[in-house]
Amino acid sequence: MSHSKLASIFNKDEKRVDWHDKALWFVRHKRDLSVHQVKGWEELRNLGHGIKAHMLSNLDSYLIEFEENAIKNGVEVHWAANGEEHNQIVHKILKENNAKKVVKSKSMLTEECHLNPFLEADGIEVIDTDLGERIVQLAKEPPSHIVLPAIHKNKHEVDELFQEHLGTKPCDGDPQYLTREARKHLREKFIEADAAITGVNFAIAETGGFVVCTNEGNADMGAHLAPVHIACMGVEKIIPKQEHLGVFLRLLARSATGQPITTYSSHFNKPRKGAKMHIVIVDNGRSEQLSRPDFRASLHCIRCGACMNTCPIYRRSGGHSYDATIPGPIGSILSPGKDLTKHSSLPFASTLCGSCSDVCPVKIDIHSQLYKWRQIITKETPQPFIKKKSMEIMGKIFAKPAQFEKVGKIARWSLRNLPKSMINSKPNAWGKARDLPTGPKQSFDEWYNERENNKKKD
Amino acid sequence: MRVGLFIPCYINQLYPQVGKATLELLEKLNVDVVYPSGQTCCGQPMANSGYEYESEGACNNFVNNFKDFDYIVTPSGSCAYHVKKHYNIIPQTDAVTKVRNNVYELCDFILNVLKVKNVGASFPYKVGVHKSCHGLRGLRLGSCSEVVGDSFSYIESLLQEVKGTELMPVKRSDECCGFGGTFAVTEEAISVKMGKDKIKDHLESGVEVITATDTSCLMHLEGLVTRNNQPLKILHIAEILNSNY
Ligand code: SF4
Repeated sequence: MSHSKLASIFNKDEKRVDWHDKALWFVRHKRDLSVHQVKGWEELRNLGHGIKAHMLSNLDSYLIEFEENAIKNGVEVHWAANGEEHNQIVHKILKENNAKKVVKSKSMLTEECHLNPFLEADGIEVIDTDLGERIVQLAKEPPSHIVLPAIHKNKHEVDELFQEHLGTKPCDGDPQYLTREARKHLREKFIEADAAITGVNFAIAETGGFVVCTNEGNADMGAHLAPVHIACMGVEKIIPKQEHLGVFLRLLARSATGQPITTYSSHFNKPRKGAKMHIVIVDNGRSEQLSRPDFRASLHCIRCGACMNTCPIYRRSGGHSYDATIPGPIGSILSPGKDLTKHSSLPFASTLCGSCSDVCPVKIDIHSQLYKWRQIITKETPQPFIKKKSMEIMGKIFAKPAQFEKVGKIARWSLRNLPKSMINSKPNAWGKARDLPTGPKQSFDEWYNERENNKKKD
Repeated sequence: MRVGLFIPCYINQLYPQVGKATLELLEKLNVDVVYPSGQTCCGQPMANSGYEYESEGACNNFVNNFKDFDYIVTPSGSCAYHVKKHYNIIPQTDAVTKVRNNVYELCDFILNVLKVKNVGASFPYKVGVHKSCHGLRGLRLGSCSEVVGDSFSYIESLLQEVKGTELMPVKRSDECCGFGGTFAVTEEAISVKMGKDKIKDHLESGVEVITATDTSCLMHLEGLVTRNNQPLKILHIAEILNSNY
């Protein structure tokens, strides 16, 4: 379904839209307060942008450097061209270690590859351990936000979900009680786990180590308890040097939630004694995106979610309206690169207001890329005949001033004289909730010419 | 200094009073301003809808009309932005480059080229500014809340000098109103919701008149205000700067 259809369904419940909007605006506002305290914030953004651009231009050598160093550290490194391969590699590692119970943390990539259903089909239990992720997992829904995956659910809905799945008592949505119960439930899962899967926020070529940022400490819990740790990362997660980490850790937390730093920035370098560590490096369309000059900067993304929080459309349409793993402004650039037809409505789900580009910590020109996708989509995917034709006609009218005048006259006359019920009838989406301007008798052109003629007469 | 006045297509047809106010204001400020006949549209409606290639005729027409002026001034931040940012679809002749470099949004032109702050207007009302996005984040007519740096706003600098005007602060001072060209129609539900929220913000802060650098945003807001009988007047910034109450 197109974004606009899903968005209008979401908008039927205006109260829900209002609190969704408020909740995200609250985070965006926290971000503002926090970044305005950092002198040199804009320089930091420039640095982040520059490092990522440099990394992407030398991606191959940094990836190889990372692999070499990781292997030296005793880590097993795997390469996956796509989601399918990724899933098979993870599955194979789990089989080899006879792992039946898996805890997962920070897993947008595994979400992208649809790992859960793949493993579950073979009887492996996969538990998402980020609280928000766990909530949507229980609800059998995809996350609606990359940092706040359950932001679309209110506490009463969580209350009901927990009653159903975790056997909690009704608590009128008491967040403290619910969090405590969730923690109890997750602790059990951590202790029982045979393997832990985590994402990767930053992988450092120079050291072969990687960093995972969480606020709940769940990546550490999983990786420290289970005998096997599998870290899954997209190729673009590489940064060249350890010293670059400070730039990104500062940018990430403030942009994501307004915190100076995430509660846990855990550095993983090598497996602990007696345990195993694997890294799966995944392409899944990334190098193809890299090959598109207009869109390669989308790979700078550090997944802070700020563009979603700031996007006035996202806030009012909900993450699910994007029908993609990564929703919101950045998702609307990444998704068409994967399936142009399926996601053809996403670059149009924007007013091109530019707030996303201004908020992005690594300065991705998001709104310009949305504009560019639009130009490609209208050429390469089937378009409604009426839209195409009307654009062609409009183009012709605007190329010829005399025609423009004629058409303008008719339009003004209609606005003035046709009954409102006709003007605001069904095919005119504008008129559903808005009035059209009343057509003036005289256009500016006509007024100006009259004035000039009168001047000449005087 | 010869200035060409660009009146965008929909202002020409639907809001001629905005064009008149712009022209009169420039004349009051002793600008040698000419309105070249034969102008239509900057090409933005097609381009933003993904049909840049259908807008070439409009772009060429624009350049032909304006290539001989020192400055091109328009009461529309978004059209000025479009010419500056997206006219790379036609060959970059000297005329095209010249036009792109010299096109100005009205407030920007008054404040930064004419170097006038007080235009001599008086308008005794509580005014709320809607900072239209293309002007704000495209042309940088003001600072944006996302970006760290000094805060400024051209439109507010001019309004501050208007006799009797009380500038009202709003909560989300630079959030988009939801117009967005064809977005207003293809994403009707969101567009309307964004507009409603914008209006609420202004009403809650006691605004009597909403103004902006772009009539397109205002047309959307006005459509909602009229439909819902809300106590707000909607005026383009040129109309306020040209008024004498
Ligand atoms: S595009 Fe920028 S703002 Fe959006 S999630 Fe990525 S890094 Fe954050």
